[in-house]
Amino acid sequence: MSARIGVVTFPGSLDDVDAHRAVRIAGAEPVALWHGDHDLRGVDAVILPGGFSYGDHLRAGAIARFSPVMREVVDAARRGLPVLGICNGFQVLCEAHLLPGALTRNAGLHFVCRDMWLRVETVRTAWTSGYEPGQEILVPVKHGEGRYVAAAGTLAELEAEERVVFRYARGNPNGSFHDIAGVCDASRRVVGLMPHPEHAVDGLTGPSVDGVALFLSVLTAHV
Amino acid sequence: MSDAAQSDAAQSDAAAVDTVELAGKTPDEHQPYEELGLRPDEYERIHTVLGRRPTAAELAMYSVMWSEHCSYKSSKVHLRQFAGTRTDRLLAGIGANAGVVDVGAGLAVTFKVESHNHPSFVEPYQGAATGVGGIVRDILAMGARPLAVLDPLRFGAADAPDTRRVLSGVVAGIGGYGNCLGLPNIGGEVVFDPSYAGNPLVNALCVGALPADRLQQAAATGPGNLVVLVGAKTGRDGIGGVSVLASATFDTGGGWAGSMAGGPAKRPSVQVGDPFTEKVLIECCLELFARDLVVGVQDLGGAGLTCAISETAAAGRAGMRVSLERVPLREASMEPPQVLVSESQERMLLIVAPPAVDEVLAVCRRWGALATVIGDVTDSGRLVVTWHGETVVDVPPASLADEGPVYERPIRRPADLDALAAAGPGSLPRPATGIELRETLVRMAASPNLCDRSWVTEQYDRYVRGDVVLAWPENAGVLRIDEGTERGVALSVDGNGRYCRLDPYTGTQLALAEACRNVAVTGAVPLAVTNCLNFGSPEDPEVMWQFAEACRGLADGCRELGLPVTGGNVSFYNSTGAVAIHPTPVVGVLGLFDDVTRRTPLGFSEEGDTILLLGVTRDEFGGSEWAWVTHGHLGGRPPQVDLRAERLLAEVLVAGSRDGMVDAAHDLSDGGLAQALVEACLRGGAGARIVLPAGADPFVALFSESAGRAVVAVPRSEELRFTEMCDARGLPMTRIGVVDGDSLDVQDAFSISLAELEQAWNATLPRLFGGGPV
Repeated sequence: MSARIGVVTFPGSLDDVDAHRAVRIAGAEPVALWHGDHDLRGVDAVILPGGFSYGDHLRAGAIARFSPVMREVVDAARRGLPVLGICNGFQVLCEAHLLPGALTRNAGLHFVCRDMWLRVETVRTAWTSGYEPGQEILVPVKHGEGRYVAAAGTLAELEAEERVVFRYARGNPNGSFHDIAGVCDASRRVVGLMPHPEHAVDGLTGPSVDGVALFLSVLTAHV
Repeated sequence: MSDAAQSDAAQSDAAAVDTVELAGKTPDEHQPYEELGLRPDEYERIHTVLGRRPTAAELAMYSVMWSEHCSYKSSKVHLRQFAGTRTDRLLAGIGANAGVVDVGAGLAVTFKVESHNHPSFVEPYQGAATGVGGIVRDILAMGARPLAVLDPLRFGAADAPDTRRVLSGVVAGIGGYGNCLGLPNIGGEVVFDPSYAGNPLVNALCVGALPADRLQQAAATGPGNLVVLVGAKTGRDGIGGVSVLASATFDTGGGWAGSMAGGPAKRPSVQVGDPFTEKVLIECCLELFARDLVVGVQDLGGAGLTCAISETAAAGRAGMRVSLERVPLREASMEPPQVLVSESQERMLLIVAPPAVDEVLAVCRRWGALATVIGDVTDSGRLVVTWHGETVVDVPPASLADEGPVYERPIRRPADLDALAAAGPGSLPRPATGIELRETLVRMAASPNLCDRSWVTEQYDRYVRGDVVLAWPENAGVLRIDEGTERGVALSVDGNGRYCRLDPYTGTQLALAEACRNVAVTGAVPLAVTNCLNFGSPEDPEVMWQFAEACRGLADGCRELGLPVTGGNVSFYNSTGAVAIHPTPVVGVLGLFDDVTRRTPLGFSEEGDTILLLGVTRDEFGGSEWAWVTHGHLGGRPPQVDLRAERLLAEVLVAGSRDGMVDAAHDLSDGGLAQALVEACLRGGAGARIVLPAGADPFVALFSESAGRAVVAVPRSEELRFTEMCDARGLPMTRIGVVDGDSLDVQDAFSISLAELEQAWNATLPRLFGGGPV
């Protein structure tokens, strides 16, 4: 039986269809999860997709954090369920304190949609075990609030524990501290990143297929 | 305000309201019809229709529905020509919210372009944002999922002080709305010309797809069926948008804002958008369509609720009764005329059979979309609106929707046209030496109209939904519309105001030809046409002549190419004082792929490919980018049009792409061959060694803007097959070089490294508008 990966749809989620497709391409079964439900339907991992949940009202991710399904996600993550937050999903994970730091307005103040080279800084996470250490991958970014910031102590801790998962390798699109594109929690099973690996799974529509390994990683990590 | 106070306020409003009964008793009451944009004879006509004076609410409704923007009263007689353009693939055409084309395999595609010019000058961010929102709802109203947008934009001179304000706001608004809606932005134009300084053009095209059997009707049929308003609450924004803003020049605005919005707190006539509400509305409506829960649907856009209820009632040939006080309001003190004409965004009107209404409301609740039953369909043949039980509107719906005034405006060929034609580009000094040609090429590549558009396009999401195969700067936006069959569509929007200024008939056909070429270059078969006709004031006979010529040109062109005009939009009054914009018809063409994986990209990437120039190059510089950039010159004749040759070129490009004979292809247009080569080299990251045809004038070969041409990069292994196909079909073709190295070399003339080209090409917009790459 193939692994079942949940994809949460909040009102205003946009890249949920892409996340479903990426899961399918990786050979797993995508399971639609609804923001208003208290149920993760027994999935093996959860993806919080990109978009503008609740219209980014108040602050990106600030309201989604309080949705019923997020209570389940937080509990399950604390019990070891792999969780991936992409873009808005990363913002939600930071707001929910599953990941440290925050995402603020891009340094250039504009929304930026651009293909970016990322370096995979650690393969010791549930979502990056399928990459080579130090591998460079080409993945799109598209966000207005993707500048990763954190207190100096937090940054030092992330670096010391090798919890910076992805770093912008050839130019930083948003002014993120330490060129950080993605981080993980202490359990290394919760990962958040601003770039969109789900847009890099099909040579016809993406700049590469470098994103597929991310969705494959979690299958071996868990199942 | 407490509930009791609110109820008191509502009742006191009701008491002050102008009812049908009161109108009958006070025939001589003075009414501010001129401030609302109506002429005395139009006001008289309302009397004739109703047999009495209109109520304030009725007057408001007629003023918006009979505005130029809604009634097409000046353009109608010319637009009728498009009815002669047809195809058997058309499921819905002109008159529907958007044209719908059957693309096979049970799928249909719908697309339309609209203007949001006036609001975008007054308030660039919201004007442009709600322009996207409006066209998206048109597509949704056909029953389709909106899939992508394209934005043809025109601004004043790039270095004019106000351009930065307008452009920055417009681009941020389009991005802010479209990105949040989850719609990729896959193409468009960014054009600078002083003629648009006080009248920027912000056009928006949306394309959507639907199962062919799920096409929705914008008709209120079935007496007893319920009228449901879904989406945002109604507020005081966008009051009189279609009449004051869109149907008047900027120096002569009407009195809407004063008389309708009331008091010193004058509200702008620009709508305010909330893309989150629209996103929810889209998903909610699509679920309702999929579950077959609605009988009819109409979006609320220009002229708001008035337009939606009168058009659906007229189309259903029935009647309708609306209890206006049920409309959820942002401000309780709004009066019936304001509620009826507010252009608040993110609203849709549904016609629902009574047994389905509970389910409809439940779906709306699940999506968090506000839904309210506001009335019902009747068999009275009248549109009746009540306000707390009193009748404030009682009219035949068709008198609003279909039977507005129609004008045959006087036309006159512009007095300066002969002088303009006589002052051709022939006398302009031309670059002759290799150094001069090189300098010209770099200067052109760095010019605002030809330089890199990343500053704009990087602010738009081009990935969301994962079906974008090509997006600008590619020749056309290309989408996969069906993952199972790999069916796809291509879309391009093109226009050239300078060509149209010199000759609107030819200029419009050139726009049509370019849009077709852009679609064909990617490998798609051109299928259908939409248009956005941006002009000055129709009350100026010279503008009206330009308009008439453009319509004639488009209709003739489409007939010759066998393409239907499926719909479109007219934007008049793009004038400041007596000065009109260049006549700017923007033509959108939809093309179809049976297999979108066969698409041809723009960039040269395969070293060793042979570069072929297809088509015929003539000495044509009238209205050209070269004349404008290097001499600030506009005169002479635009390039000639040969639609038969365009059709042949398109057939060759499509066949080459389908049969895998072409690695890259790019159409030739503004800036000619030189600019096409610059773009193809930079896009693909490979250089080119070019040998211009023997005996050709290098300047003409490089910079002429002759139509009907493209460059293709063909693998060596396919060269013979491809050239034989060109010969067999009679398409003129010249071998002009190979893809090679990291520079653009033109033999015996000059060489320039791609790095230098890229720097020149990239730097312009960030320098002008700030905020370059971080």
